[in-house]
Amino acid sequence: MHVTQGTFSFLPDLTDRQISDQIEYCLRQEWAVSVEFTDDVHPRNTYWEMWGIPMFDLRDAAGVMAEVRACREANPNVYVRVTAFDSTRGWETVRLSFLVQRPANEPGFRLDRLEAEGRTIRYSVHPYAADQPAGRRYKPEQANTAPGDRR
Amino acid sequence: MSVPGPAASFEAASSEVVDLRALQADTDIGSPIAELDRDLVGLAPVKQRIREIAAFLLVARARERVGLAAGPPTLHMAFTGNPGTGKTTVALRMAGILHRLGYVRKGHLVSVTRDDLVGQYIGHTAPKTKEILKRAMGGVLFIDEAYYLHRPENEKDYGQEAIEILLQVMENQREDLVVILAGYRERMASFFASNPGFRSRIAHHIDFPDYDASELLSIAELLAAQSEYRLSPAAREVMIDYITRRQQQPNFSNARSIRNALDRARLRQAMRLCAGNAVATREALQTIEAEDIRASRVFAT
Repeated sequence: MHVTQGTFSFLPDLTDRQISDQIEYCLRQEWAVSVEFTDDVHPRNTYWEMWGIPMFDLRDAAGVMAEVRACREANPNVYVRVTAFDSTRGWETVRLSFLVQRPANEPGFRLDRLEAEGRTIRYSVHPYAADQPAGRRYKPEQANTAPGDRR
Repeated sequence: MSVPGPAASFEAASSEVVDLRALQADTDIGSPIAELDRDLVGLAPVKQRIREIAAFLLVARARERVGLAAGPPTLHMAFTGNPGTGKTTVALRMAGILHRLGYVRKGHLVSVTRDDLVGQYIGHTAPKTKEILKRAMGGVLFIDEAYYLHRPENEKDYGQEAIEILLQVMENQREDLVVILAGYRERMASFFASNPGFRSRIAHHIDFPDYDASELLSIAELLAAQSEYRLSPAAREVMIDYITRRQQQPNFSNARSIRNALDRARLRQAMRLCAGNAVATREALQTIEAEDIRASRVFAT
């Protein structure tokens, strides 16, 4: 299942040139760009691992692209995103965030139903990948195994 | 939907002519060089080299246009010269010139010294240097007094680590930034001698000559004019005398000494005006008189 999180996620994956142009736009708006990665892609998982600190005072996308490449190299088969933070008073938030890498196989999510008091049912979304321990979720040979299908 | 046949495209390619003058006008190369000529006194070899680089970049662009091989030229530079010969000033302008020539994308200058690149403990240097390099991407990284990066007396010095990262980026990301090293002549020579990697990665070694007395006088007048002061004819004579005396003294640092002398003359002019009449004409406010310069301790000996 193709994960759609962040801007541009319904488009085909961006090429490096397109990523670089988007970063260029962020820098022109004077946003602080940072690179983050995770192997837990639950939609409510807001806080991904930071790849270094946010980059302030940059003028050109080449510096960010170097970090994006370094992050991909160190974390080859997980999700990597670029976020741009606007520090202007009143905003003080992330203004743009988009994926720049996704694993080869994305097993997707299942819907869990929890029977609560009375006839209440509580729902939750569960990424299949999260059944594996962190760090082993998107290894190529395990990426497509269904839950409960462990060796 | 008609596609020109192979014969037609060959015809077009072989007869293609690039109008260098038009290209020059397009890229606006002339004006930064004219500005350089106007605003900077002397420095003939430096200006010559900048003209060469500008012409080279223009030709590189023309070659690209007719489909000849056009690898990105290496533009890392080393500026050597005595104090006050304008190394930093030229570096600042270089960023603007290279930007207008379309060689660097942003045209900003990041000016650093050893403290900005080298860390204080193990593992501190690499992130620090990379941070600076990232900031300089798309522009010019100016490393003043670059020889401090290398401390031959201490082989565990972290400067070596910074040098290695710099060399790697200078080699692999030539299209992303231009590195300019600057420093005094002798110390730069020994720095390059102990870091041959640097020497070979820097294509342009530009030597800044000392100014002679008449150039220094033009600089004094230019500096005064820039801050809307002017030297009275008598003051100009004293200035000539001042320059010849100051040149003989130790620690003479060319244009910087002249600028300092002018700053002090402005202070004395202010004192003189305050001590004198209660009213000052516009004329008096902008004129530096002979006595303002004559009071310098250079004349005491």
